[in-house]
Amino acid sequence: MTQALSWGQPASVVHARGLTKSYGGPAAVDGVDLEIWAGESVGILGPNGAGKTSLMRMLSCVSLPSAGSLRIFGLDAAKQSRDIRRRLGIVHQEDILDSELTVAENIYIYGRYFGMPRAVIRENSAELLEFAKLSDRADSRVETLSGGMKRRLSIARALVSKPEVLLLDEPTTGLDPQARHVLWDRLAMLKTRGVTLILTTHFMDEAEQLCDRILLMDRGSLRDEGAPQELVTRYASKDVVEIRASGAADVSALAELVGKIGNRMEQLPNRLLLHVDDGDLALRAVIDLGVDPRACLVRRGSLEDVFLRLSGRSLLG
Amino acid sequence: MKSAILTDVSAVVERNFLVARKTWSVLLSGMIEPVLFLLSIGLGLGSLLGPVEVGGETVPYLVYFAPALIATSAMNGALYDSTVNFFWKLRYRRLYKQLLSAPMNIKGIVAGEIVWAQLRGVVYAVVMLVIIGVCGGLRSPWAALAVPAALVVGFAFAAIGVAIATVMRNWQDLDPVRFGTLVLFLASGTFFPTSAYPPAVGHLVELSPLYASNELVRAFCVGRVGAAQLLQVAYLVALTVGALWIAVRRFGRLHAD
Repeated sequence: MTQALSWGQPASVVHARGLTKSYGGPAAVDGVDLEIWAGESVGILGPNGAGKTSLMRMLSCVSLPSAGSLRIFGLDAAKQSRDIRRRLGIVHQEDILDSELTVAENIYIYGRYFGMPRAVIRENSAELLEFAKLSDRADSRVETLSGGMKRRLSIARALVSKPEVLLLDEPTTGLDPQARHVLWDRLAMLKTRGVTLILTTHFMDEAEQLCDRILLMDRGSLRDEGAPQELVTRYASKDVVEIRASGAADVSALAELVGKIGNRMEQLPNRLLLHVDDGDLALRAVIDLGVDPRACLVRRGSLEDVFLRLSGRSLLG
Repeated sequence: MKSAILTDVSAVVERNFLVARKTWSVLLSGMIEPVLFLLSIGLGLGSLLGPVEVGGETVPYLVYFAPALIATSAMNGALYDSTVNFFWKLRYRRLYKQLLSAPMNIKGIVAGEIVWAQLRGVVYAVVMLVIIGVCGGLRSPWAALAVPAALVVGFAFAAIGVAIATVMRNWQDLDPVRFGTLVLFLASGTFFPTSAYPPAVGHLVELSPLYASNELVRAFCVGRVGAAQLLQVAYLVALTVGALWIAVRRFGRLHAD
């Protein structure tokens, strides 16, 4: 699927400089510099309104940049949009499927929109239905599908043209946990086939599962980037001790009590987070201070902690 | 390698065909109305009316009236898909967001919808032509050219319909369109020649696209073809191009951000 790569340097898929999108008010995307390489799996992470969707729409060549330069596959997004879209698979946030057609027809006609020969589409179609776990629903009307099925169909449809890059805007928003896991499994499969994945999400577990590299976005700008583990090391600690409390006053009292333990402390409305290097050691210290062990939980530092720290307060605040 | 616009047009037509295949009975309903008019006005009322003059020739009322039903069928058929169905897809089904995520362009999509919409008009026109022939309403072998004439009519009204749909804001905006086509149908030299109007009104009516369509199809059906038909074709083609231009611009604005 991915074009032959030259030795050493992977091919640049996205090259953006000063990329900006504004709709009249403050810029939704504000001077973003971005480089994405072939075969990478990149997650754009950020709170609602961070500009993720606006950025994705430009990367999908369905919306023109207001300023800056954007090259995809080395082509100018403003001038060669059609040639770029020929090589992209785009999965929108809402499932916009053709509700007047069946599952199989949706895949078929989408291939025709790419100008693919009928025989080639029919050849790929069975495999795509299998991939989307929709073989037994091929002749169902789209309206009768569940949310997870619709999303899988959206993805299967976007794959009909064998795209080099798949762009997914919040692929699992609104799906139940089981449906999400099925979808992750499918996306991981694509990744091993060498498809470049670019996705937005506000689920940390999703980003951790699927992405080699994460771009942290807030208020139209990229704030930082790195591999999930790198970001955890940079912004959170190896372990976190969570202490449940019954209310804000209780949290403050607890904070007073255990405040000296660990590298950093975070007060949430009904929880206290202690960022520490060694969770077990810290837990023992906490219990020694008289805290009820049943209120305590030790876990690994995660992207969630990074996200809370960055979007919650300090850095981005 | 086919050109980009042809790929887009054929993909849009194929998509609409896949949908229409399932709802072909709707197609039939559009054919019934002109047949009823043919029977009641053309054959029924027409038997009580005197002959009418067309291009210097005097013909029975049926021969005068029936060709207008071919033109009107082409108009109605073309308008149906281009207004109601196109508006539905544009505003509610978000169909074009899907097409624009694929490597398709606005011009190709709009042209595809126009080609599709006029197809229905032409199918209606051909069916009417056959029925009228059976009823004895045709006078000349020239009548075969009423089919390409209906094609020109279909394109003009399909383009006008698509342009209207891109300007419409809601379903209520469809009411004036329906009313407008009724007025066109009644006034544009369908039932009686424009010579029946006071001259000023007559000239105004002759600007109606349906008037040009009626006269064009009628000239072929009666077999009195002249230079006027060139003018009518030119007028309808100009309307097609103008409406296409408006539709592409409006469509682009609706899908820009």
